[in-house]
Amino acid sequence: MSDDHHHDHDHDHDHPDSVLSEMDLRTRALESILVEKGYVDPAALDALVDLYETKIGPRNGARVVAKAWTDPNYREWLDRDATEAISSVGYGGRQGEHMRVVANTPDTHNIVVCTLCSCYPWPVLGLPPVWYKAAPYRSKVVRDPRGVLADFGVELPAGTQVRVWDSTAEVRYLVLPMRPAGTEGWTEERLAALVTRDSMIGTGLPLEARKT
Amino acid sequence: MNGAHDMGGMMGFGPVEPEKDEPVFHAEWEKRMMAMNLATGAMGEWNIDKGRHAREDRNPREYLDSTYYELWYLGLERLLAERGLVGADEIAAAKALRPGAKVARVLAAEQAAAAMARMVPYERAPAAEARFKVGAKVRTRQMNPAGHTRLPRYVRAKAGTVSIVHGVHVYPDVHAHSPDEQPHWLYCVTFAATELWGGDADPAITVSVDCWEPYLEPA
Repeated sequence: MSDDHHHDHDHDHDHPDSVLSEMDLRTRALESILVEKGYVDPAALDALVDLYETKIGPRNGARVVAKAWTDPNYREWLDRDATEAISSVGYGGRQGEHMRVVANTPDTHNIVVCTLCSCYPWPVLGLPPVWYKAAPYRSKVVRDPRGVLADFGVELPAGTQVRVWDSTAEVRYLVLPMRPAGTEGWTEERLAALVTRDSMIGTGLPLEARKT
Repeated sequence: MNGAHDMGGMMGFGPVEPEKDEPVFHAEWEKRMMAMNLATGAMGEWNIDKGRHAREDRNPREYLDSTYYELWYLGLERLLAERGLVGADEIAAAKALRPGAKVARVLAAEQAAAAMARMVPYERAPAAEARFKVGAKVRTRQMNPAGHTRLPRYVRAKAGTVSIVHGVHVYPDVHAHSPDEQPHWLYCVTFAATELWGGDADPAITVSVDCWEPYLEPA
């Protein structure tokens, strides 16, 4: 988890001619053993990488949020059965089996963590960023969520209640941020462009209307 | 177990440092590691709780000094070794030394996306009424199990209020160590920051944690 490791990885990625890292060698060896023993199809690994690198990501969640902002019936469905409401627009499966949507209001801000590991709603947000899985966030956000928000450059109005959700079970929480001002009459597609990944974790806010 | 993975409330790790325009992966090996983890999981030889425990049940020094995908590597190596699927000698030799064991299922490339899109719910039919209702005052047990648990240390022996009754879910404390799912009622319990961290904490902060019924007693 150290920064040193992290930087090594960046460099390996940027300089394919350099000496392979220890983890490159170990994972290559493990993959060839798994393939030789018939446990894993390397083409299935390619398909899984493609799926989570290019197809499943936070644009899915942004569409759910934009739909909730424009369709009161959908919003009500999300509150009542988020798993069903989210899967109705095509986002279900691994790590999204038991979804709950927690909505921000002018008085309340929600922020989601998994202090024990890295639980994260994959079908709507994709794989988690490094900071979400790393010690600083996991240790600090349950004790000092306002300090974490400050690390992200977010300051909430004084008096805002902060609710932290620690994902200790298989329930996955998605924050429904507040719709930005000045977006009356916008289409779902245009609204979705304002919804950032971090605004659905709770470490950020949606973009402001004038910035797009 | 009281491992280094149980980080809630620890201090000294420094600020959160988000990376601007972060890529999904930071190295080729991370991609292969993520995919190997999912593909071997699909063999059906272990479950999610055993997978988590294999990553967490280790020397805190090793846990804290490893990146997340390094922990996935270490966990997978152990899961494979424990089941006799890949031997330490094969890891050392960097090649298979014996034919593979028969496994329940091998994920085919054309099934990969469908397998990930499939819901694998952890909710089970209730065998009894829920002991607590929304609004009930509860207290988490003081417990320090040597095995797997999902009750973090920072929230043990603390008073809170049931805010959601999620249903009956597979119980990780048992499921990580046996084939038995032993499903129990699962509750979201909300705690005041002042209860968790003391009188100096911000009274406008709450922390909600999902707790299985065996973690709780009436307050």
